[in-house]
Amino acid sequence: NSTLVIAEHDDAKLSGITLNAITAAQKLNQDISVLVAGASSAKVAEEVSKIANVKRVLVAQDDKLKAQLPERVSETVVAAQKQFNFTHILAGASSFGRGLIPRVAAQLDVSPISEITTVHSTDTFSRPTYAGNAIAKVKSSAAIKVFTVRGTAFEQAASSGGSAATEQSPIGDVKTDLSEFLGQELVKSDRPDLGSAKIIISGGRGLKSGDNFKLLYELADKLGAAVGASRAAVDAGFVANDLQIGQTGKIVAPELYIAVGISGAIQHIAGMKDSKIIVAINKDKEAPIFQIADYGLVADLFKAVPEITAALK
Amino acid sequence: MKVLVGVKRVVDYAVKVRVRPDKKGVITDNVQHSMNPFDEIALEEAVKLKEAKKAKEIVAVSFGPAKAQETLRTALAKGADKAIHIEVDAKTAEKLEPFHVAKALAKIAKDDNYDAVFVGKQAIDDDANQTGQLIAGFLNWPQATFASKVEVDGKALKVTREIDGGLDTVKVNLPAVLSADLRLNEPRYATLPNIMKAKKKPLEKKTPKDLGIDLTSQTEVLEVSEPPARTGGEFVEDVNALLAKLREKGAIP
Repeated sequence: NSTLVIAEHDDAKLSGITLNAITAAQKLNQDISVLVAGASSAKVAEEVSKIANVKRVLVAQDDKLKAQLPERVSETVVAAQKQFNFTHILAGASSFGRGLIPRVAAQLDVSPISEITTVHSTDTFSRPTYAGNAIAKVKSSAAIKVFTVRGTAFEQAASSGGSAATEQSPIGDVKTDLSEFLGQELVKSDRPDLGSAKIIISGGRGLKSGDNFKLLYELADKLGAAVGASRAAVDAGFVANDLQIGQTGKIVAPELYIAVGISGAIQHIAGMKDSKIIVAINKDKEAPIFQIADYGLVADLFKAVPEITAALK
Repeated sequence: MKVLVGVKRVVDYAVKVRVRPDKKGVITDNVQHSMNPFDEIALEEAVKLKEAKKAKEIVAVSFGPAKAQETLRTALAKGADKAIHIEVDAKTAEKLEPFHVAKALAKIAKDDNYDAVFVGKQAIDDDANQTGQLIAGFLNWPQATFASKVEVDGKALKVTREIDGGLDTVKVNLPAVLSADLRLNEPRYATLPNIMKAKKKPLEKKTPKDLGIDLTSQTEVLEVSEPPARTGGEFVEDVNALLAKLREKGAIP
């Protein structure tokens, strides 16, 4: 029995969620291989080989795997599966993993499992449904267990201490006539990303405009925090969609979550309720966010936030 | 372009779901249901393509119990030309996995020569986010998931997708599968005249057997439970009191 973790990377650096996925893989108590598929995977493969508990790094390098389109990477995964016969194939539940893993499952003719949060045994897992309002414990009888892992549910594996062997992996029957990558617009930021930040400051409709988010950025920079937003703030056009936290956006679980001017719609709470400490700042004492906050401050955010920032000087 | 749109009947998004006493699922009896919101967006995009004369025919399909027909009638009222109901009894429906649904939709898409399958990126009940990718995998078609903008470009779709760090754009050659994200469009409401007209539109019934779909379950639900409840804490008087509490907990320096 052995486990394959699909590495997520941009041909230069490994994405953090792969480390969370490796921790989930460790709970299966089997040898772990990590597949690095890309156009120039060597550097990432070296990074992966140092991760604790990784036994083998499989490297599939080909120009056709540039931008790692799911139609192409899935062929590479299937080819690796043919050669090495894994019992478990998994990836982090990021846009990359969510796009890839079910496609791989279809090609292997097995029913996949999405976004597990607990590994009970090699065939039994828990996963949230109904936006986290019901947790399902499921047992898979699929011939190969193919699943994604919710990053916030598992610690990151240590990125050093390992010394995995590196091996070439087949590319597979990659077709280039199905899809084409045209480009991407990634939001550049010096702040930590939402997935890995220890502190998140999140703004809602109460911020009233995109410009006012600078109040949150100033505080975030003081605390080394990431900035997020509610769906209401994104829909109102205050900030870009990649900041959205909630059922339909990102799921986060930092040490400290500060909700500013957020009322606390069910769908927002679904995305942040696993945070360790929740602070809510809202002028409406009845706002539902206070029902789940550890510390609630009923105040005008336009006064309170600058006051906090100043107090941290 | 002929588009197949998958629509699922789910517990309405505004309902606070409760776990059943037998812990095998959530309470769905006497609970408001509606079309999965992401499927509504997928359908709306197809209807818009038809209005722009880029799509010729839109067929809505739902795999589920008798009541799935309500969802299909809604789809017809919102602009689908025809509906297909793959009917199973309520007990079977409860055990369906995205895997089975995707197999059925893939079979229809292939047999009836569809150019595209549109689905919502996920259903808000199981939150699986699998069906579109599975269909694409079964058919070996390209997939454009989490779409926030769609343009028809000859025999291809140019799709902007919502990804973790921002947006990306891919071109998928038809036939292809598309999964709709939240900001792709704002679905229309069904008007009364259209609801009346929808009653006369064709609704075809199929069984899993007609499609040759094996419904053997691969994922058994052992238990459904409530998440650990999070209880509210305390109100603090002012900013200083808040900072003192957070420092005490070691949450801030």
